[in-house]
Amino acid sequence: MPLKKKSSEKTKIDEILESSRRDFLKKVGIVGAASVAGGAAIYAGYRFEKSKNNADTIKVLTEDNRLVEIPKDQVKDFKPDLKALQTRGREGIQGRKWIWVIDLSKCRNARKCVEACQEAHHLRPYEYHINTLVMKESVNTPAYFMPKPCQHCDNPPCVSVCPVDATFKRQDGVVLIDNERCIGCRFCMAACPYSARTFHWHEPLVVEGDKDQEYNVELNLPQKKGTITKCLMSSDRLRENKLPYCVSACPNGVYYFGDENENAVTNGTTKETVNLKELLEKNGGYRLMAELGTKPRVYYLPPKNRLFDFKQGPETEYKEIT
Amino acid sequence: MTGSVLSSGQYNKKLDSIAADILKNVGLNKGFIVWMGFLVIAFGACIFAYTIQLRKGLGVTGLRDITSWGMYIANFVFFVATSLVGMLISCVLGLAGAKWVKPIGRIAEIIAVAFAAVAGLVIVSDMGRPDRLPYVFIFGRVQSPILWDVSVVTTYFVLSLLLWFLPMIPDLAIARTRLANRPEFLIKAYEILSFKWIHHETQYKILKQAVRILLILVIPTAFAIHTVTSWLFAFTPRAGWDSTIFGPYFVSGAFVSGTAAVIIAMYFFRVNYNLKNYLTTDHFEKMGRVLILVSVLYLYFNLNEFFVPGYKMKTQDAIHLKELFTGGHALLFWGVQLCGLIIPVFLMLFRSIRRPTPMLIISLIMLISAWLKRFLIVVPPQAHPYLPVQNFPVEWIVYKPTLIETLVTAASFLLVLIIVTILSKLFPVIPIWEVAEDEIKKENKEV
Repeated sequence: MPLKKKSSEKTKIDEILESSRRDFLKKVGIVGAASVAGGAAIYAGYRFEKSKNNADTIKVLTEDNRLVEIPKDQVKDFKPDLKALQTRGREGIQGRKWIWVIDLSKCRNARKCVEACQEAHHLRPYEYHINTLVMKESVNTPAYFMPKPCQHCDNPPCVSVCPVDATFKRQDGVVLIDNERCIGCRFCMAACPYSARTFHWHEPLVVEGDKDQEYNVELNLPQKKGTITKCLMSSDRLRENKLPYCVSACPNGVYYFGDENENAVTNGTTKETVNLKELLEKNGGYRLMAELGTKPRVYYLPPKNRLFDFKQGPETEYKEIT
Repeated sequence: MTGSVLSSGQYNKKLDSIAADILKNVGLNKGFIVWMGFLVIAFGACIFAYTIQLRKGLGVTGLRDITSWGMYIANFVFFVATSLVGMLISCVLGLAGAKWVKPIGRIAEIIAVAFAAVAGLVIVSDMGRPDRLPYVFIFGRVQSPILWDVSVVTTYFVLSLLLWFLPMIPDLAIARTRLANRPEFLIKAYEILSFKWIHHETQYKILKQAVRILLILVIPTAFAIHTVTSWLFAFTPRAGWDSTIFGPYFVSGAFVSGTAAVIIAMYFFRVNYNLKNYLTTDHFEKMGRVLILVSVLYLYFNLNEFFVPGYKMKTQDAIHLKELFTGGHALLFWGVQLCGLIIPVFLMLFRSIRRPTPMLIISLIMLISAWLKRFLIVVPPQAHPYLPVQNFPVEWIVYKPTLIETLVTAASFLLVLIIVTILSKLFPVIPIWEVAEDEIKKENKEV
């Protein structure tokens, strides 16, 4: 406002005001310069500290097997998001060809495999990724028990008919189902000759923690209503170099699991590793309904020289839970 | 020559009388409103049943892991089948030079449009995740027969709609000046949809060419829709579905249900619309002959489908066939074969049976049998898979359709009736100009 009055007569009050303004500006200047200097000093200190930290590095093995060095303070815990889980879940594990051998001479229908699987995948007692069946081929041949998981066919009819690529075959031989993609048409169920698939007709079983969990296609959790679920060969365990849930749970040494490329399979109960080709050759290994041309990745050893007598326990009655 | 016919005074006089007969049924009368009101309310009730399914999941149906395709899929097959008749009447018979099919051509196309449109919706009701329907287009894989089915059913629907609509354009132009005392919107609609048609000779020439091209195009499309639908089953290794003749077996069966549906519609329009001079007893006589022909054809495929595996009785086939021949589904199986095919063929051999009322009764029985036959094709082969069915609750093993499932299925039939009612009540149900032209030609020939 004083500036406006400049044109008119200069009063004494104006002079006083002018000098006090000059004084004020001077003070502001000093404070300003001091704070810039102070800030610079702090920043220099921060840079120094930072450069000191850089010296603390850590050696890390990357996914493609390279040993690299990175600053320690930049190390973060890895928690894959949905996109990462989907990408790696669809790609599979490089260089592997998982294979399964089921020795029918050892199965006595303990159903531990079924229970372990249902617990891992949050299934009800009558929803199966793996089911143990009583088989009897003819009147004169004896009955025997047969665990039946998905056969993870190399020529899978379910994958051919899927309209949206929800079920797919991975490079390591596993056939998976992506319930983020599945439209629930059930064509795969119609096409599967092994009845290996199950559908969520109702709201799936909810187990604590399911809600917050990021969907993992290798575990197929959380399960979703209106979509298919099926045996996953415990792909989440395979990623951690562990044997599938059912294989480790068997008390009777029925299951062998391994990598066809290595020609070696490990028994889930005894943890003994044997030569795959020898095992199949010596025991007359075969595949279920090979004549259909589905090329299963699951081999069976015939129920000869059985370790146990065939004894069918009391029949369990299953009731639908909704 | 056509041009001279279409502009002669004789033709115009003929046109006047035919237009008066046909157009008197067009419009919203009391009967129409009551009937539509009933259909819409019933449809609404059935849609409510579907909302329960949407909320609770497919568990409200009788479907479970063992029989995972049931009434919905059977109904879908039936709808696709019945829609095929549009191709049979207008194309096969029409192109072969059967002049008598002219007045029933449009009825056949209405049946085709209604059933094809609803077939698309029926399949959605069977989806576990209908909200993911767009995935079929976003992530669609050409290897899957479902993609083929979606493409050909859509194409067939569009072609059938065009075949219904295009030849009707001149009729709409004829009608727009003759629709006194009708609702404003209807007259307006006729004006827009007749595209300022001026009945010029060149217009008719182009129209006839366009329709001819459509008639030819729709033949392979119609064969494709039902062949692909049969492949949804034949591409699986299940006994009862694993058949090389499923394509022609389905197509020939489709002709039976479609012809029966057209005869029923013809009877209804003949009586209710008072069109005895257009849908004559002779038409029923001739449609009876067509029905005999397609039924014998279907019977022949049935013989191959059941007798060939039935002679060999391979393990899996035997389980399935015994179930049909002497097992739990025997009554239905023999009932459908006898009442829905063999007895009607025998009866229709008599001229006295090929009259409107007996033909209506026979057609109704054959249509119901055709639906039940689809049920027999879809459901029993799933009950006995290769491996034993064990350790399940009883509901998972035995398929029993539920009330909700039945209501949702009923909704599809109500929707067909709604579409047929709208198309036949708001638009001329008999082609006016085509019939007039044919009659003039016939009269001139006689002179």
